[in-house]
Amino acid sequence: MDLRLPIGYVFTIYGVMLTGYGAFTKSDAMYAKSLGMNINLIWGVIMLVFGLVMLFFAKKAGKGA
Amino acid sequence: MFLEITSFLAATGGAISTEGMAKPDLHVIDWTIMAIYLAFVLGIGFALKKYMNSAEDFFLSGRSIPGWVCGLAFISANLGAQELLGMAASGAEYGIMTSHFYWVGAIPAMVFLGIFMMPMYYGSKAKSVPEYLKMRYNEPTRVFNSVSFAFMTVASSGISMHALADLMHALLGWNYYACLVVTSVIVLAYVLKGGLSSAIYNEVLQFFMIVFGIAPLAYIALKDVGGWDGLTAKLQASQHLGEGAMHSWAQTGGTDNPMGVQWYGILFGLGFVLSFGYWTTNFAEVQRALAANSMGAARRTPIIGAIPKMLFPAIVILPGMIAWALTSDANPGYSIPLKEGAPNYNQVLPSMIFHYFPNGLLGLALTALMASFMSGMAANVTAFNTVWTYDLYKTMKPNQTDKQLLSMGKYATVFGIVAAMGFALVASRWNNIMSILQLVFGFVNAPLFATFLLGMFTRRSNGVGSFWGLVIGTSTAVLFHGATFATNNAFGVKGGWLALIGVPAEKLIQYPKEMSQNFWIAIVAFSTTFLVNAVLSMATKRTKSDEELRGLVYSLTPKHVDENEPWILRPAVLGSIVMVAVIVLNFIFW
Repeated sequence: MDLRLPIGYVFTIYGVMLTGYGAFTKSDAMYAKSLGMNINLIWGVIMLVFGLVMLFFAKKAGKGA
Repeated sequence: MFLEITSFLAATGGAISTEGMAKPDLHVIDWTIMAIYLAFVLGIGFALKKYMNSAEDFFLSGRSIPGWVCGLAFISANLGAQELLGMAASGAEYGIMTSHFYWVGAIPAMVFLGIFMMPMYYGSKAKSVPEYLKMRYNEPTRVFNSVSFAFMTVASSGISMHALADLMHALLGWNYYACLVVTSVIVLAYVLKGGLSSAIYNEVLQFFMIVFGIAPLAYIALKDVGGWDGLTAKLQASQHLGEGAMHSWAQTGGTDNPMGVQWYGILFGLGFVLSFGYWTTNFAEVQRALAANSMGAARRTPIIGAIPKMLFPAIVILPGMIAWALTSDANPGYSIPLKEGAPNYNQVLPSMIFHYFPNGLLGLALTALMASFMSGMAANVTAFNTVWTYDLYKTMKPNQTDKQLLSMGKYATVFGIVAAMGFALVASRWNNIMSILQLVFGFVNAPLFATFLLGMFTRRSNGVGSFWGLVIGTSTAVLFHGATFATNNAFGVKGGWLALIGVPAEKLIQYPKEMSQNFWIAIVAFSTTFLVNAVLSMATKRTKSDEELRGLVYSLTPKHVDENEPWILRPAVLGSIVMVAVIVLNFIFW
């Protein structure tokens, strides 16, 4: 089993979820906690990128084999 | 785990209270994040089930796992919930000196393990650390080590389980017993299904969960405190840390620094004895490298692990330091929760998370805590079932078929988890048990390291010396603990107990902090074991010939040929790069 696959899936899902949630709750009062930053959106995008990179390498390795 | 547990327990004796903390509301998004994580963890276990055909697969992953996976699992195995809480707590209590646990302790030890010790561990084909001791020395040494190790893994899983359930109960109002049962059943399920491979693969997932769940905290908090300059100004103005807060070495000429210990106590006690002892002889760690698919991968395992490990202070210690800076600042905002009027350092990490994280990220951070608990737990359980099956059961009953060993391993997994739950319940009733166990861990670690050093790097050390070295060294540690105490500690489990049985109190040795006391106990235990082993080995005949020691002692082990690997991946090259980086880090934060 290529471990990059499940890790890629988990973080792609989390990335999509947090990005979506961040966009949806854009002006929510709860972002006062994170100093006014929409940290869900920021961190969601970062996790999404990480997840996709993992998936990309897993697929690439899968094709080679 | 045994090492970092020190700071966690030292602060509170393990008890967790919610005094002064608001309970956050969890939303659907937070619960969904947790549920997805649990589904993947179980999914990995079930997906690996088809590879579990023999005992070798179950206990050693059939020696088939790539180096980077083993490397991340290697550090994840030590990232239990207490380490996260404990390191943040120490950051608040000791400032930047906490980084010594990493930059003097863990990293050099991991590089040493990879370069110098792994050729014997992996090359000898030993299935466990105790089995290596049997090959190198004799049966009694193996039994001594496997019994103490089996006990420690179960006990520390139990403590860790208790800590998590207590935390979730205190912070979120979850039912204590439900937490205990649910988390253990999940760990049980994925270890039973996929054995060591499942534990290791999940540890890597857990590693990323922990990093992604905790890392944003340092970023937000550092922004809040006014960046690095704001942090420095506030910490150095604070009474409790003062000038020493931002220096790891500058103040260590004497004991007038946050840890109360001189530079040589740090180098020898924390660095050489405690950290090398923990990282190089603890089977829960070494087992990760033994699962690697080649000698090269096994040797790279701890070195690869050292790379992210080196940067961990930024995400765990830094938030702790910021927490203290914010607390000592007069402006209203975050402050460390109190317990009976004193700062409750163990609550630093969760309270910071609740203070800064909105829903969404909050669920991710709680999942990270859960993941850290599971990785520590599974590491202990997989190490326990191997030691139980190969070192204790098989020694008592040789001639077992592969199938019988495999099913024994599964029973041992269930038994280990149930026993750990029992320990958790004991710990929840009787808080002192944690302080006592923490002591036991400290007593066992340092003597074992002395035994390994002599065993792996000299031919002359023999079975007589090793066994009596361990016994006498461990007893000396116990006695020395009784003869020393830290300022402001009562005599008893925290040391100085000789005073309770008639020794005049003024004859005892006093240390400024518990931390320095711990370091010196380790130094004394190590030195005694080393001396006894060396002297007895010289005084008695060799128990093993050069021929029998082939592959077990460094000078008699064929050199691992790595010339066909890319130069950057050769253990000596990679290890040297890591060492240079860690030395640079020490200078930057001097």
